[in-house]
Amino acid sequence: MARIAGVDLPREKRVEAALPYIYGIGWARSRQIVARAQVDPNTRVRDLSEDEVGRLREIIDREYRVEGDLRGQVQRDIKRLMEIGCYRGLRHRRSLPVRGQRTKTNARTCKGPRRTVGVRRKR
Amino acid sequence: MGRSVKKGPYVLESLLKKVNVLNASGEKRMVRTWARACTIVPEMVGHTLAVHDGRKHVPVYIVEDMIGHKLGEFAPTRTFRAHGHHTERSTSLK
Repeated sequence: MARIAGVDLPREKRVEAALPYIYGIGWARSRQIVARAQVDPNTRVRDLSEDEVGRLREIIDREYRVEGDLRGQVQRDIKRLMEIGCYRGLRHRRSLPVRGQRTKTNARTCKGPRRTVGVRRKR
Repeated sequence: MGRSVKKGPYVLESLLKKVNVLNASGEKRMVRTWARACTIVPEMVGHTLAVHDGRKHVPVYIVEDMIGHKLGEFAPTRTFRAHGHHTERSTSLK
Protein backbone atom coordinates (compact mmCIF):
# COMPACT_ATOMS: atom_id res chain seq x y z
CA MET A 1 0.00 0.00 0.00
CA ALA A 2 1.48 3.30 -1.07
CA ARG A 3 0.23 6.37 0.72
CA ILE A 4 1.88 9.58 -0.40
CA ALA A 5 0.86 13.09 0.58
CA GLY A 6 -2.09 12.08 2.72
CA VAL A 7 -4.86 10.05 1.24
CA ASP A 8 -3.78 8.98 -2.19
CA LEU A 9 -3.27 5.31 -2.88
CA PRO A 10 -3.68 4.33 -6.52
CA ARG A 11 -2.71 0.68 -7.20
CA GLU A 12 -2.28 -1.54 -10.24
CA LYS A 13 -1.03 1.42 -12.30
CA ARG A 14 2.48 2.24 -13.35
CA VAL A 15 4.07 4.69 -10.90
CA GLU A 16 4.39 7.33 -13.58
CA ALA A 17 0.67 7.15 -14.20
CA ALA A 18 -0.27 6.82 -10.54
CA LEU A 19 1.38 9.92 -9.16
CA PRO A 20 -0.93 12.28 -11.09
CA TYR A 21 -3.71 11.04 -8.79
CA ILE A 22 -2.22 13.44 -6.30
CA TYR A 23 -3.67 16.95 -6.65
CA GLY A 24 -0.83 19.18 -7.80
CA ILE A 25 1.09 16.53 -9.69
CA GLY A 26 0.56 16.00 -13.39
CA TRP A 27 2.41 13.95 -15.92
CA ALA A 28 5.29 16.37 -16.25
CA ARG A 29 6.04 16.47 -12.54
CA SER A 30 5.36 12.81 -12.15
CA ARG A 31 8.04 11.98 -14.70
CA GLN A 32 10.54 14.32 -13.06
CA ILE A 33 9.90 12.86 -9.63
CA VAL A 34 10.17 9.28 -10.80
CA ALA A 35 13.44 10.05 -12.57
CA ARG A 36 14.91 11.85 -9.59
CA ALA A 37 13.92 9.09 -7.17
CA GLN A 38 15.53 6.63 -9.56
CA VAL A 39 12.46 4.46 -9.76
CA ASP A 40 11.59 2.65 -12.96
CA PRO A 41 8.45 4.42 -14.28
CA ASN A 42 7.08 1.08 -15.47
CA THR A 43 6.89 -0.63 -12.08
CA ARG A 44 3.39 -1.06 -10.76
CA VAL A 45 2.56 0.77 -7.55
CA ARG A 46 1.92 -2.51 -5.72
CA ASP A 47 5.39 -3.75 -6.68
CA LEU A 48 7.20 -0.73 -5.24
CA SER A 49 9.58 -1.48 -2.40
CA GLU A 50 9.25 0.38 0.90
CA ASP A 51 12.47 2.14 0.10
CA GLU A 52 11.24 3.38 -3.28
CA VAL A 53 8.00 4.65 -1.82
CA GLY A 54 10.04 6.45 0.82
CA ARG A 55 12.16 8.20 -1.78
CA LEU A 56 9.13 9.31 -3.78
CA ARG A 57 7.39 10.53 -0.66
CA GLU A 58 10.40 12.46 0.48
CA ILE A 59 10.78 14.35 -2.80
CA ILE A 60 7.09 15.20 -2.91
CA ASP A 61 6.84 16.27 0.71
CA ARG A 62 9.94 18.38 0.52
CA GLU A 63 9.56 20.13 -2.80
CA TYR A 64 5.99 20.34 -3.89
CA ARG A 65 2.88 21.88 -2.49
CA VAL A 66 0.13 19.32 -3.04
CA GLU A 67 -3.41 18.37 -2.01
CA GLY A 68 -4.89 20.43 0.84
CA ASP A 69 -2.10 22.98 0.99
CA LEU A 70 -2.32 23.67 -2.72
CA ARG A 71 -6.10 23.88 -2.71
CA GLY A 72 -5.92 26.31 0.19
CA GLN A 73 -3.38 28.41 -1.65
CA VAL A 74 -5.58 28.64 -4.74
CA GLN A 75 -8.58 29.63 -2.63
CA ARG A 76 -6.56 32.29 -0.85
CA ASP A 77 -5.31 33.71 -4.14
CA ILE A 78 -8.86 34.00 -5.44
CA LYS A 79 -10.03 35.54 -2.18
CA ARG A 80 -7.27 38.13 -2.39
CA LEU A 81 -8.36 39.10 -5.91
CA MET A 82 -11.93 39.52 -4.72
CA GLU A 83 -10.96 41.62 -1.73
CA ILE A 84 -8.82 44.15 -3.51
CA GLY A 85 -11.65 44.81 -5.94
CA CYS A 86 -9.72 44.33 -9.15
CA TYR A 87 -11.29 43.27 -12.42
CA ARG A 88 -10.36 39.61 -12.03
CA GLY A 89 -11.84 39.65 -8.54
CA LEU A 90 -15.09 41.08 -9.84
CA ARG A 91 -15.31 38.31 -12.43
CA HIS A 92 -14.76 35.69 -9.73
CA ARG A 93 -17.51 37.24 -7.61
CA ARG A 94 -19.95 37.01 -10.49
CA SER A 95 -18.64 33.56 -11.41
CA LEU A 96 -18.00 34.65 -14.96
CA PRO A 97 -14.88 33.80 -16.98
CA VAL A 98 -11.88 35.72 -15.70
CA ARG A 99 -9.55 35.73 -18.65
CA GLY A 100 -11.47 37.65 -21.27
CA GLN A 101 -13.36 34.77 -22.88
CA ARG A 102 -16.62 35.43 -24.66
CA THR A 103 -19.81 35.17 -22.65
CA LYS A 104 -22.38 35.62 -25.40
CA THR A 105 -22.29 31.86 -25.74
CA ASN A 106 -20.35 29.14 -23.93
CA ALA A 107 -18.55 29.95 -20.67
CA ARG A 108 -20.57 27.08 -19.17
CA THR A 109 -17.74 25.87 -16.94
CA CYS A 110 -17.84 29.13 -15.02
CA LYS A 111 -21.52 29.86 -15.12
CA GLY A 112 -22.74 26.33 -14.40
CA PRO A 113 -25.93 24.83 -15.82
CA ARG A 114 -28.09 27.10 -17.98
CA ARG A 115 -30.62 29.26 -16.22
CA THR A 116 -33.12 31.05 -18.40
CA VAL A 117 -33.21 34.75 -17.75
CA GLY A 118 -36.52 36.36 -18.56
CA VAL A 119 -37.22 39.96 -19.40
CA ARG A 120 -37.92 41.96 -16.30
CA ARG A 121 -40.89 44.21 -16.93
CA LYS A 122 -41.10 47.70 -15.62
CA ARG A 123 -43.82 48.55 -13.09
CA MET B 1 3.35 37.05 -23.15
CA GLY B 2 4.64 38.88 -20.12
CA ARG B 3 6.73 42.01 -20.13
CA SER B 4 10.49 41.65 -20.28
CA VAL B 5 12.03 41.60 -16.79
CA LYS B 6 14.93 43.68 -18.07
CA LYS B 7 12.69 46.70 -18.51
CA GLY B 8 11.15 46.43 -15.07
CA PRO B 9 7.50 47.24 -14.41
CA TYR B 10 5.81 49.96 -16.45
CA VAL B 11 5.30 52.97 -14.22
CA LEU B 12 4.35 56.37 -15.53
CA GLU B 13 7.21 58.57 -14.37
CA SER B 14 5.18 61.74 -14.03
CA LEU B 15 2.64 59.98 -11.82
CA LEU B 16 5.33 58.46 -9.65
CA LYS B 17 6.87 61.92 -9.29
CA LYS B 18 3.58 63.37 -8.06
CA VAL B 19 3.16 60.53 -5.58
CA ASN B 20 6.70 60.96 -4.32
CA VAL B 21 6.04 64.65 -3.72
CA LEU B 22 3.01 63.67 -1.63
CA ASN B 23 5.10 61.13 0.27
CA ALA B 24 7.80 63.71 0.99
CA SER B 25 5.31 66.21 2.33
CA GLY B 26 3.30 63.53 4.13
CA GLU B 27 0.23 64.84 2.38
CA LYS B 28 -2.79 62.77 1.30
CA ARG B 29 -4.44 64.21 -1.73
CA MET B 30 -6.24 62.58 -4.61
CA VAL B 31 -4.20 62.42 -7.79
CA ARG B 32 -6.18 62.24 -10.99
CA THR B 33 -4.65 60.04 -13.62
CA TRP B 34 -5.40 58.56 -16.99
CA ALA B 35 -2.58 56.02 -16.74
CA ARG B 36 -4.61 52.81 -16.48
CA ALA B 37 -1.69 50.75 -17.74
CA CYS B 38 0.63 51.98 -15.00
CA THR B 39 1.76 49.30 -12.54
CA ILE B 40 1.06 49.89 -8.84
CA VAL B 41 4.33 50.21 -6.94
CA PRO B 42 4.94 50.21 -3.16
CA GLU B 43 5.30 54.02 -3.08
CA MET B 44 1.62 54.41 -3.93
CA VAL B 45 0.31 52.41 -0.95
CA GLY B 46 -1.95 54.45 1.28
CA HIS B 47 -2.77 57.04 -1.37
CA THR B 48 -6.00 57.45 -3.20
CA LEU B 49 -5.60 57.74 -6.95
CA ALA B 50 -8.45 58.78 -9.18
CA VAL B 51 -8.23 56.45 -12.17
CA HIS B 52 -10.00 57.37 -15.37
CA ASP B 53 -12.60 54.88 -16.57
CA GLY B 54 -13.26 56.64 -19.87
CA ARG B 55 -15.94 58.90 -18.45
CA LYS B 56 -14.93 59.97 -14.96
CA HIS B 57 -12.19 59.38 -12.42
CA VAL B 58 -12.83 56.48 -10.03
CA PRO B 59 -11.19 56.90 -6.64
CA VAL B 60 -9.01 53.89 -5.84
CA TYR B 61 -7.50 53.53 -2.39
CA ILE B 62 -4.25 51.63 -2.83
CA VAL B 63 -3.53 48.82 -0.36
CA GLU B 64 -0.49 46.61 -0.15
CA ASP B 65 -2.12 43.64 -1.87
CA MET B 66 -2.61 45.69 -5.04
CA ILE B 67 1.12 45.99 -5.72
CA GLY B 68 1.98 44.52 -9.09
CA HIS B 69 -1.49 45.04 -10.51
CA LYS B 70 -2.29 47.82 -12.97
CA LEU B 71 -4.32 50.86 -12.03
CA GLY B 72 -6.90 50.11 -14.70
CA GLU B 73 -7.85 46.82 -13.05
CA PHE B 74 -9.56 48.79 -10.30
CA ALA B 75 -11.63 51.11 -12.44
CA PRO B 76 -14.10 49.07 -14.55
CA THR B 77 -14.84 50.60 -17.95
CA ARG B 78 -18.17 48.93 -18.59
CA THR B 79 -21.51 49.46 -16.92
CA PHE B 80 -24.02 46.66 -17.27
CA ARG B 81 -27.59 47.65 -16.65
CA ALA B 82 -29.71 44.47 -16.89
CA HIS B 83 -31.05 42.97 -20.09
CA GLY B 84 -34.25 43.79 -21.91
CA HIS B 85 -35.96 46.40 -19.80
CA HIS B 86 -39.25 47.43 -21.37
CA THR B 87 -38.63 51.10 -21.60
CA GLU B 88 -41.14 53.57 -22.87
CA ARG B 89 -39.23 53.98 -26.08
CA SER B 90 -39.12 50.28 -26.99
CA THR B 91 -42.76 49.63 -26.13
CA SER B 92 -44.11 52.63 -28.02
CA LEU B 93 -42.50 51.33 -31.22
CA LYS B 94 -44.84 48.34 -31.31
